[in-house]
This record gives sequence, structure tokens and C-alpha cells, in this order.
Amino acid sequence: MKVEQISIFIENKSGRLAEVTEALGDAGVNIRALSLADTSDFGILRLIVDKTDLAKSTLKERGFTVNKTEVVAVEVPDRPKGLFGILQVLDRASVNVEYMYAFVERCGGNAVIIFRFDNPEEAIKVLTQHNVNVLQGDRIYSM
Amino acid sequence: MIWNDEFETLPKEAIESLQLKRLKQTIERVYATVPFYRNSFKEANVTPESIKSLDDLRRLPFTLKSDMRDNYPYGLFAVPLDQIVRIHASSGTTGKPTVVGYTRRDIKMWAELMARSFVAAGAHRGDVIHNAYGYGLFTGGLGAHYGAEKLGASVIPMSGGNTRKQIMIMQDFGSTVLTCTPSYSLYLAEAAAEEGVNIQDLKLRVGIFGAEPWTEEMRREIEAKLNIKAIDIYGLSEILGPGVAIECHEAQHGLHIWEDHFIPEIINPDTGEVLPDGELGELVITTITKEGIPMIRYRTRDITRLIAEPCICGRTHRRIARMSGRTDDMLIIRGVNVFPSQIESVLVSIEGVEPHYQLIVEREENLDTLEIQVEVNEQTFSDEIKVLQDLSSRIRHEIKDLLGITCKVRLVEPKTIARSEGKAKRVVDRRKESQ
Repeated sequence: MKVEQISIFIENKSGRLAEVTEALGDAGVNIRALSLADTSDFGILRLIVDKTDLAKSTLKERGFTVNKTEVVAVEVPDRPKGLFGILQVLDRASVNVEYMYAFVERCGGNAVIIFRFDNPEEAIKVLTQHNVNVLQGDRIYSM
Repeated sequence: MIWNDEFETLPKEAIESLQLKRLKQTIERVYATVPFYRNSFKEANVTPESIKSLDDLRRLPFTLKSDMRDNYPYGLFAVPLDQIVRIHASSGTTGKPTVVGYTRRDIKMWAELMARSFVAAGAHRGDVIHNAYGYGLFTGGLGAHYGAEKLGASVIPMSGGNTRKQIMIMQDFGSTVLTCTPSYSLYLAEAAAEEGVNIQDLKLRVGIFGAEPWTEEMRREIEAKLNIKAIDIYGLSEILGPGVAIECHEAQHGLHIWEDHFIPEIINPDTGEVLPDGELGELVITTITKEGIPMIRYRTRDITRLIAEPCICGRTHRRIARMSGRTDDMLIIRGVNVFPSQIESVLVSIEGVEPHYQLIVEREENLDTLEIQVEVNEQTFSDEIKVLQDLSSRIRHEIKDLLGITCKVRLVEPKTIARSEGKAKRVVDRRKESQ
């Protein structure tokens, strides 16, 4: 039920983000979702791509520090309070969200949001108990 | 094992009488042959006849690196060029290189002292010595090379650079002893890992590391990563090259300085006053057997102390403690003395942090600022900002605890800090540029 995400350490220097996307493009890797968290000195680029391992090895070869982590893709009803409903479920179960970002594409009539939890198993259990659709990795990579 | 039992285990009194005899000869010779020394002795009101005891040494003036530059290139040579069989020079990063010349006998003596050093480090005949010190004007490569041959080991004259090939040769030739700078040994381990080679599976047993200051923490890191015994060696071209002093593998505590060839003193770098054994100060060396360029009270700029206590290895020569820095490397940041090695020991003590770092010192509105650039690797990197920020603040706090100064920690991408194949450049002091 989990989705593989890669994260890349990027110094705040012009051109580094372009280099990442160029390298991935050259390797034929397509980006499905992304989020960039930044501080004054560095940023962390988080990506969900169609070919995770290829992306990771390509970037490592180019000298980037790359990590693979597991995140959870959740289908969120595309209407007011759609996201609130899901966060409320998580909050009531005391599941903490480390960070989250939106998916590029929609799934049917729904938006897709990527969550990073400190306890993903617990989060998935809570969400499915409340009939929230959690998307499989394979589905996400090929969307 | 000891290479030269007779000389390495001489009793203290015998060393001292040998030193006095050789010192007198050296003083007479430089007085007669080197105008620079004759003039400086005259200015200090000393003649060769006035040197009657080892204590009289302190009446002689110091020799500085700038004296070598002022007499560039051959002004300090004590023999004509037709007796000089080899010329080396320092890199000259801060001006003209300092040029040194060796007679045939100097080269033989150097090889002898390097052979002693190899044996003290635990190397022996039959070892395959992988010499990755740079060959050329730098004394490291050829100095270690001649010593390895004298020892009767098989020496691979790798020189620095060409890291992939170094790893291949180490695997294929079965290198057992590695000689290079400490930072290059870690670079080799890193590069080997990238090639999918586990450097711990190689036959390497001992590493002999010098030419740049390093710390006890870095030794532990090297010993763990390469699965070898890491030995500290000391030398400088002005005195000889590598092999002036080395740790013994038995104690790995302090470097035996070959006292039958050199007289070490420790001085207060500010006043020039000679300090007793055990006190920290600047190392001053007088050579007493060298023919090409004898050095009288050469100020090395290296900070250490003399250890007079007997060593478990049986060698009687005093030891110098691991260099704690250089007087010219020492940074004064907001009035606090800071040695790069102190910062290094903090970084290496934090799990997962690479010992690749650079210190950037600047002055903003008359206030010194220190930025420590630290490389992020896969072990320390996280997809969560807070983990990285915790890492920076932990480094910041530990530096503050140790040195009492506030610094900025900048996490940088791997391999962005230059890996020199010779000496690592740890400090960028921009205050000098802006003045």
C-alpha cells in the first residue's frame, strides 16, 4: 500500500534543480509528483517517478545524495472539506503528518495527495478503516 | 622489531654526547660555508667555539621559512652544486618555493631513517608498499620510496591521483602497506565503495599517513573504514622530508624523533623561550648530520610537545606528540585560538558525518564569522528538513561547547569540498582578502 519516493539533497545554487530534471529526462524517467522543501541553504526535492531505481542510480552517478523513502498516496474527494475529512480522521487517531504534497494528476474525480507519516502502517490502517482510498504504488507510477 | 638496534636504543647520555659532537661539527661547517649563518651568528655574538654544551644551542638564532625564501634558490646550500644529487622544493603556495638539496650521503641517511620509520610502523621485508605520496618536487613520494627499497620491501611507485587505478592495483598487486595523506586514504575508501570494492577485503594491513595535520578521531575513522593500523609520520622538506619522526605500532602514542640526526626543541612561539619537555609549543629542529642544507634551529610552525618518558617499544628517542596544529594554521576568531583539527574532532565524533569539511572565515562589520561547510552523505541525509536542521544545530552546539564561539553550519552536497590528492585545504580566510 506504500509508494516509493526519492528525495534529493540540493544546495541553494542556481542550476542544480535543472540538473536533476535534465538527468532524469536523459534517463527517460518521468516525474509523477514532486515537492520542494527549502531552507536558506539547501532544499530537499522529493519525487515520485515512474522508474524509482533508475532515477536513484542516475542521480547518484551524477553525484547527488539520494534517499529512498516510503510514502502513502491517498485519494482525496475533490470538494470543499475533502482534505479536512481525511486530516480529521488522522488527527483523531493521533497520526502525525510529517509533510504532504499534492499529486500532479487526478484519479477519477478525486485529487491525490502524498503524505509522509512517521508511522505509515498505522496511518494506512486508520485511513482504510474510514473508507479513504489509499492508492497502490503501481497505480501511481503508471498514472 | 627495530631496524637499527644500535642507534635506536642508545641510552640518553650516549644520544646527548653524539648530538653535541655532531652539533659542533655542523656549526663549524655552516659557519665556514654559508654566509647567511656566519652573519646571523655574528649578529648574535656566537662563534663555533662558544658552543660547548647542548644548552648552548639556545644561544643561536632561529632560522625561518622566510630566510629560505630570501636566499632562494641555493643561498643556504652548504656544499657546491656538484655535490648535490637531488633537489626538492615545497609547493610554494604562499610565495616562492623553498628549495632543498641533498648530497649522496643525505639521500642514504634519509633512506635509513625512512627504513627505520617503516619498521617502527610495523612494515617489513616482503611487504608490498603502495606509495601514493606524490612523486616530484614534493619530498613525500621519493622519500618513502627510497626507504621502502632500503627496507627491502616491494614498493609500488603509484604517486598521487588516478584513484580508480590505485584501487585496481591495490586489489591486483596485493598491497599490504599504504602510504599517503590521511585525507586521501579516506578518499580511496570512498572511491573503492563507489566501485563496489570493499576496501576492507584487501590485504592492506598498515597505513602510514602524514603531510597534513590529522586527529585521533580521524585515525579511528581510517582504522575502521580501511581495517588497518594507521600510523602517524612526520617530516618536512626543510629538515629532510618524511621520516623525521614516526609513531611506533606498539604504542601509537607520540612520534619518535630520530635524535641521532635531529635535535628537537619546543619554544614559546611568541617569545622564543625554550620550554621544558611536556609543554606545548612550537617545534624547532636542528639537523646535525645533513650535508646539503644543514638547518640550525628551524622553526617548523608545528605545535606539539616533547614526550621524554620511555616507550614500550624500547626505542630511546624522545617522542613528539601528535601535531595539534600549526602556528600559521591557527585561526584567531573573535579572539579565540582555533585549530582546524579541533573542528575536525567534533565533526568526526558525530555519527555519519564525513571528515570532509572546510572552514570559511569572514569579517562582517568588524565581526569575525566562521562558517563550517560539511558534506551531506546518504547516512546523514533525510527527506525531512528537521533532521538536517537538527544535525546542523548539533554541530553548532558542540563547537560552541568546545571553543566557545558561535558558527554557522552549512550543509553542502557531497564531493563539493575539494578532495586534494595531496594536502586538504581546510581553511579559507577571507578576512585577509578584505583588508
